[in-house]
Amino acid sequence: MKFVDEYRHGDLVKPLAERLRNTTITRPVRVMEVCGTHTMSIFRSGVRTIMPAGMEIVSGPGCPVCVTSASHMDAFIEMAGKKDVRVAIYGDLFRVPGTHGSLAQASAKGATVDIVYSAMDALERARQHPNELVVFLGVGFETTTPGIAATIMAAARENIDNFCVFSTQKVIPGPLDALMQDPELSIDGLICPGHVSAIIGAKAYQPFVDSYGLACVVAGFEPADLLKALLLLSEQINEGTPRVDNIYPRVVSWEGNQRAIAMMDEVFEPVDMQWRGLGVIPASGLGIRDTYRQFDAQKRLSITLPEAHEPKGCLCGKVLKGITTPPHCPLFGTRCTPATPVGPCMVSSEGTCAAYHKYGQSESI
Amino acid sequence: MKEPTILLDHGSGGLASQELISEVFVKHLGNPVLNDMEDSAVLAAQSGRLAFTTDSYVVDPLFFPGGDIGCLAVHGTINDLAMRGARPICLSLGFILEEGFALAELTRIVSSISAATRACEVPIVTGDTKVVPRGKADKVFINTSGIGVIDETIELSAGKVRPGDTIIVSGSIGDHGITIMTRRAGLSLGGDLHSDTMPLHRLTAHVLAAVPGAVHAMRDPTRGGVATTLNEIAARAGATIVLEDELLPIRAEVRAACEILGLEPLYLANEGKCLAAVAGDQADAVVEAMRATTEGKEARIIGRVEAGSARVVINTPIGGSRIVTALHGEPLPRIC
Repeated sequence: MKFVDEYRHGDLVKPLAERLRNTTITRPVRVMEVCGTHTMSIFRSGVRTIMPAGMEIVSGPGCPVCVTSASHMDAFIEMAGKKDVRVAIYGDLFRVPGTHGSLAQASAKGATVDIVYSAMDALERARQHPNELVVFLGVGFETTTPGIAATIMAAARENIDNFCVFSTQKVIPGPLDALMQDPELSIDGLICPGHVSAIIGAKAYQPFVDSYGLACVVAGFEPADLLKALLLLSEQINEGTPRVDNIYPRVVSWEGNQRAIAMMDEVFEPVDMQWRGLGVIPASGLGIRDTYRQFDAQKRLSITLPEAHEPKGCLCGKVLKGITTPPHCPLFGTRCTPATPVGPCMVSSEGTCAAYHKYGQSESI
Repeated sequence: MKEPTILLDHGSGGLASQELISEVFVKHLGNPVLNDMEDSAVLAAQSGRLAFTTDSYVVDPLFFPGGDIGCLAVHGTINDLAMRGARPICLSLGFILEEGFALAELTRIVSSISAATRACEVPIVTGDTKVVPRGKADKVFINTSGIGVIDETIELSAGKVRPGDTIIVSGSIGDHGITIMTRRAGLSLGGDLHSDTMPLHRLTAHVLAAVPGAVHAMRDPTRGGVATTLNEIAARAGATIVLEDELLPIRAEVRAACEILGLEPLYLANEGKCLAAVAGDQADAVVEAMRATTEGKEARIIGRVEAGSARVVINTPIGGSRIVTALHGEPLPRIC
């Protein structure tokens, strides 16, 4: 498979792995990744088992499902139960617990919940079910936003009246900045999210180099990408020369995808957004502009977000900030497992807790 | 019969039922034992221990590239018998039909069952049909049970697996699961994705005869995939199973589809593959025996059993490793 096999091939990755294993780290360093796919790839490829002594990888708030607040989940679940509403979601969201139950449980009680692969699929459902209101739950970062914008623009063009989007779309740079200012967290380097960067461009991380001296590498998701990223980060940190290295030029440019950005701007505008574990961060979310208000589920169905609390004892908030790791949570592996998730980081396959539960114990091999 | 669909009457036990039985079931599946139409089948006495198994089939879609719910119901139960080293001798066949189900589709399923049983040389000797009101079932559910005979010299069980054993798979993994998931998602991907559904009783019989005593356990990695099945074996054996990522046979089309959907082939269902734990020094002979059969042409070693806690570990291409846990819940596609 082109663009996959060559970045996994032993001839390429084994020497890189050997170099990483033998890298000397001059002082303890922490690097963060902020993308669920990076979290999973790091575990899947076994990178954690060959990290050089003194270098630690932590996972930040990069899994869109995990940072979806409990009150948003509650609103989703309530909406799914409404008559003549068909909710369309990405599969990950299905089992995420709200305060009372999940969309999976709502579905078992009779709510109509369709798992789709894109917003365009949801629009297709609206065409197929003209007597129902199809609500697509927008849960994602810049990666998925342009596709949703394109879908809303298509719905507007075709005058499809029974389709709307409940947007909890979020942006990455703002919350990253908030994290950098958190005194509890000390991060030396960042594996910048490959998919998000395809849209916003590698230049989005230059301010972090300038303001915080953060070492930044924009990386893809194959073992070779990850190994190279960690090698470059250790080099930047060791030499005290932080900069933005883009080692994912097959997908990411410095400027980003201008056409996608224009589409996002056409449909969405910055709004304050609630993040699980991080609270409300100003202008960190994307709401639907007034021009497209008929496609805004919150306006159309007059939804107000219910008050909701994080589950008792759940440390997802701290895990999302990279302040603690899942095994330190009292619920991890006991009350909270992939089969019976308490917090969102366990339910999403990209979640840090799910990754630790699924692959993590191998660190002790 | 004039009705193009299944009616509640077809499950009443009355005239309509008898018509359905003779026009569809007996017509396609008839054999001397079934044709008796008595309340139970009477089988000839067998020498050897008996294996007995049952499985229900609720797959959606009913028809998929490489097979359908009918042949799947035959192969699945035959394979469950074969994994214990049994020679399948007969099957039962139970249908639960939803009112309104197209008769043409039922006929298509039954003729597929007929073709599968003839190809396997394992007859259906007893059966049952019920019809439930529309909405109380999803089109058609099938249950098959099977009886097989095990030769006195054969004793296969995960409890016999021990450190030093080699893990062998009879062919590529993930084909059935990914075919069903992409169909369900309405995705049309390039490449030839098709179910691997096939009977394995000839493969197991050949291997057990060709390399007597070498095989300690065999399992077919259906739901939950290779990962879940190997976890079950590791738990029973109280040992660690170590897999080599680079040795896993995964077809390029399957890998591509898994990449797109964010799924792992190790967790996808297989319906025509056998995992075997065999004595390490006879592993090559077992692989060779499997490869001599049409069902096992692509058999290969994928790992080994080591002393250690009951778990499955995989060595990754970069020289790292990770734990492979059993499947939790349905595999769901990911956001990005």
